Amino acid sequence: MNEAVAARAATRGFFKRQRWLLFRRLCQFGLLGLFLLGPWFGVWWVKGNLAASLWFDVIPLEDPYFALQSLAATHHLTRTALIGAALVALFYGVVGGRVYCSWVCPVNVITDVAHWCRERLHLPPGWRPQRALRHWLLGMSLVVSALSGGIAWELVNPVTMVQRALVFGMGAAWAIVAAVFLFDLLVSRRGWCGHLCPVGAFYAVLGQRAAVRVAAHEREACTDCGDCFAVCPEPQVITPALRGTGSATRLVLDSACTNCGRCIDVCADDVFKFTLRPRYQGDAPRSTTPS
Amino acid sequence: MANHNESKPIHDPDRRRALMRGAQAAGAVSLVGLLLGSYGEQAASRPIGALRPPGALAEDDFLGACVRCGLCVRDCPYDTLKLAPFGASLATGTPYFVARDVPCYMCKDIPCVAACPTDALSKQLTDIRNADMGVAVVVGTDTCYSINGIAHCQACYLACPIKDEAITMEMKQDGKRVYFEPTVHREQCTGCGKCEKDCVVMEAAIKVLPRALVRHDLGLHSA
Repeated sequence: MNEAVAARAATRGFFKRQRWLLFRRLCQFGLLGLFLLGPWFGVWWVKGNLAASLWFDVIPLEDPYFALQSLAATHHLTRTALIGAALVALFYGVVGGRVYCSWVCPVNVITDVAHWCRERLHLPPGWRPQRALRHWLLGMSLVVSALSGGIAWELVNPVTMVQRALVFGMGAAWAIVAAVFLFDLLVSRRGWCGHLCPVGAFYAVLGQRAAVRVAAHEREACTDCGDCFAVCPEPQVITPALRGTGSATRLVLDSACTNCGRCIDVCADDVFKFTLRPRYQGDAPRSTTPS
Repeated sequence: MANHNESKPIHDPDRRRALMRGAQAAGAVSLVGLLLGSYGEQAASRPIGALRPPGALAEDDFLGACVRCGLCVRDCPYDTLKLAPFGASLATGTPYFVARDVPCYMCKDIPCVAACPTDALSKQLTDIRNADMGVAVVVGTDTCYSINGIAHCQACYLACPIKDEAITMEMKQDGKRVYFEPTVHREQCTGCGKCEKDCVVMEAAIKVLPRALVRHDLGLHSA
């Protein structure tokens, strides 16, 4: 970070620098809180867990990835399951598939902490499997579901296991938490969410055409400080939007983007912003660059 | 072919790398798939003491249908049902109960079945009397107080929600000794486990077992 950037970064307040991170944590813990209202305080607004739930005794929700595995295992879907899965699919199809990863999934908190520790300890990136591996695992989970007749990924899925452990009682789920944490800390930088988790891969596919996007709206103002790349859990998604020139789109269109908004937080030059893809008008080349 | 060679050499390093990466991923993923499959197989062999809620499909179908959401657990008024924690010897997150801890109280409106969003607990079960969670069997003929004449116990008989139909106390004679034997009528028993819960012997003398283990099919074992 050069001095000019550092000086401008200092003028941005704490809230502006951490805004989306704070919103995100609020959302993650708030959602968990809603699920815990019942078991802890007897207020049953929500029953169930991230796999399937019932809201206010009326609205059913179901994880479409579960529904898909269930279908692969040749179980018919009930009307409730169909409605629930459709509602969830519709929501993430619009706001961004991997919004699930960064705004909802409890494992994200664990892997973010692991990453934070890793940065403090200056650990090398370690094992870097190809990012496509998660899509292979996604395919594998469907094949195993079909062959075994059971919902395969659910046997080991840390996402639901962690949440179920919190909402229904612990069991040995702490071992899963520890395993994912240690894997991300010692074995592979952002390894679980960034390379392996098939749940994230599923939601990435789901959100391919999502409306809510990050845009490198003021990319001409970029000073190449690299802060966004350093903070982004999927830095490869930034390049086309930020480094593109002329009429190349400023929208981050890669479905691996989790819409976490950290790039917006850290950019001292306010390059990034959230926008709606269908209404986004910012792709025309600019004659002037904003000051 | 000549044209093809000109535009792209056969030993295109990019293509090679892509193929190699594909092969690596496929190899790694097959291995994980194999492990997952065998773990699933193991998890599908449910231990005998863990009973499924009323209306549960046959275990194989159940594992493809149940999404482990725990809505049946939430709506069980007696806290009978639990979700299997990770590390338990049955599929993680699936609902079960242990009759000796808390049996099924056979609610008339079957709230667990009503709560199930996926028909893993089949809505076809409308009368709890048709539930088939297992079948009670007197396994401790040598420990049962009543059979062995230690006391005229009847605990299992009195516990049964459909007594005189699913379980009766049959008078038997052994030489000069007269005793009463708790006798389960399998076609009536739902496997709710109240008898097992109330049995006064340290290790229950009457236990609910999977029906497949105790049914009497005609035919011979081909040994």
